[in-house]
Amino acid sequence: MRSGILAEFDSADALVRAYDRLQHAGYTRLASWTPYPLRALVKRLPESMVPWIMLGAGLFGGGFGYLLQWWCNARDYPINVGGRPLNSAPAFIPITFESAVLAASLAGFFVALGFSGLPRLHHPVFEIEGFERATVDRFWIGIDETDPRYSEELHRELAQMGALRSVRLGGAR
Amino acid sequence: MTVAEAPALELLREEPTGGEPVLLRRESDLAMTERLLSPLWVRWPWYKYAIGLTGLGTVVLAFAVTYTVITGIGLWGNNIPVAWAFAIINFVWWIGIGHAGTFISAILLLLEVHWRTSINRFAEAMTLFAIIQAGLFPLLHLGRPWFFYWLIPYPSEMGIWPQFRSSLPWDVVAVTTYFTVSLLFWYMGLLPDLATARDRAPMLWQRRLYGIFALGWRGENTHWRHYRITYLVFGGLATPLVLSVHTNVSFDFAIAQLPGWHSAIFPPYFVAGAIYSGFAMVLQLMIPARAIFKLHDVVTKNHLDNMAKMLLVTGWVVTYTYLVEPFLAWYSGNQYEEYVQLVDRPLGPYAWVFWGVIFCNCISVQALWSKRWRTSPVLLFLVCCFVQLGMWSERFMLIITSLHRDFLPSSWRIYTPSWIDWTILGGTCCFFLFLFLLFLRFVPFIPIAELKELRHELARSESLERAERVVRLA
Repeated sequence: MRSGILAEFDSADALVRAYDRLQHAGYTRLASWTPYPLRALVKRLPESMVPWIMLGAGLFGGGFGYLLQWWCNARDYPINVGGRPLNSAPAFIPITFESAVLAASLAGFFVALGFSGLPRLHHPVFEIEGFERATVDRFWIGIDETDPRYSEELHRELAQMGALRSVRLGGAR
Repeated sequence: MTVAEAPALELLREEPTGGEPVLLRRESDLAMTERLLSPLWVRWPWYKYAIGLTGLGTVVLAFAVTYTVITGIGLWGNNIPVAWAFAIINFVWWIGIGHAGTFISAILLLLEVHWRTSINRFAEAMTLFAIIQAGLFPLLHLGRPWFFYWLIPYPSEMGIWPQFRSSLPWDVVAVTTYFTVSLLFWYMGLLPDLATARDRAPMLWQRRLYGIFALGWRGENTHWRHYRITYLVFGGLATPLVLSVHTNVSFDFAIAQLPGWHSAIFPPYFVAGAIYSGFAMVLQLMIPARAIFKLHDVVTKNHLDNMAKMLLVTGWVVTYTYLVEPFLAWYSGNQYEEYVQLVDRPLGPYAWVFWGVIFCNCISVQALWSKRWRTSPVLLFLVCCFVQLGMWSERFMLIITSLHRDFLPSSWRIYTPSWIDWTILGGTCCFFLFLFLLFLRFVPFIPIAELKELRHELARSESLERAERVVRLA
């Protein structure tokens, strides 16, 4: 969110109540900033795709790990150890498992960051005076300017919902 | 509800595991954040001495390592038949210590154990630093460490590949994966707190430094949406990973055909031993830190109690293995097995190591049946020292006594470590503490966001319970 109206609340419950009321009133482009995850809010968003991507990456990593070992030890330079099968699956399992976990974790970390739009060291919301308490003990809600129901009336509505204050961020002034 | 009231719902209630609650003080989120971040901003009068001393030890380590690399591993005490000695003992010991960190951060996360929250970052940092020490030993033991990349399958002009049916490449992959995953898991959990540190830092350079490492974290709900689930899946991945790593380490021994090593009990035995020594190390680090930084309200006696119980459980698993090994040796009817397990270990030249192990790992830990010992920091620390010593000696016993009496009595030999061996071991202890002190100085070592979330969740469930009680009365 680059421009719109942001309001500060002093408790998680007040924030969740305000979020509810705005949603009921038909606002769709809402955002919130909280010092810790609030289950009540996170649940309302569509489910994250990151775990599925991790699953895909894990399967790819495991498959790659196995094929690599098979190619090296059974195909390209076969080594006969005591007459055991060249494609000796039990001996290939540890590396297969480890490469699956490694690929899934790398994918999870970077995809979760990417989906969150990070790293991004600067963001317009940091311009707001006092916003730094959003990572400490204050709870912020934001309504994007592109929301169809967006209007300057919001300042008043938010104050009624118990916001400590509301500010205008970016956009046309 | 105002900020001051919010934590007034505070959870001074009993933990389901019994004992004291996991959080004690009633204070606002702001006050708690300030208090837990304050170690980052204030001066520590003793810090320069501690960092200087461990830094000196690290320099000595660097000297010993350089001397070894330049001269060759003939400087060490190992030689045929004891070809694996300190290098592998220390490797297994250090990597085992790391396991408790992952156990706390991953397995207890999945089990939704509340007391994990205050100590998980601490324990994970310990894991990372322990893996660094562990990695050093096989690398040096290569003899020509600059050729370490031969272990990686790359298309070389030699036209051959690593032999993946050996347990050594398994180890390489397991340990590097373990380090990478632990680092990502740790860093991910750290992001919200780095952002908090960025936003509370008093100096501009500190704001910039923490700002860079926080990657611009804002705590937006879309961040949390991906973060929460990814963190949980990370926990799910790290759980089998931690079990697999020490299983792989045990394969170094178990797939060899040497009496004393060739045993199917090794994987679970090694994992239990690893968690045993790891919990001892967590306590050894946490008990002083708790006293120095006055963390008694977030690391309560309940934490000590629970971890002491973990020590007792894993201690008994290890004891059980000590009983099963000689039994299986006798049951197998194999004379070499019988000799190693029933004669050489308890009665041979290294018998004092064997009985020391029994005392440290099986007997001393029984003191923890007493609640007074479990909750007394000093007594618990003492037991942990015994466990740590015992677990190191156990690896000594496993490796040395299985090797030093070969199948041919003519090649029997008594192994003694050289002074370089001891210097490198002591040096890694210093390097470990050095890294740990840097971590304490520059990283928020108690997970602040997670604690606030825990408080919020517990307060919510408490108010729900209270509401239910009112309904029932009505």
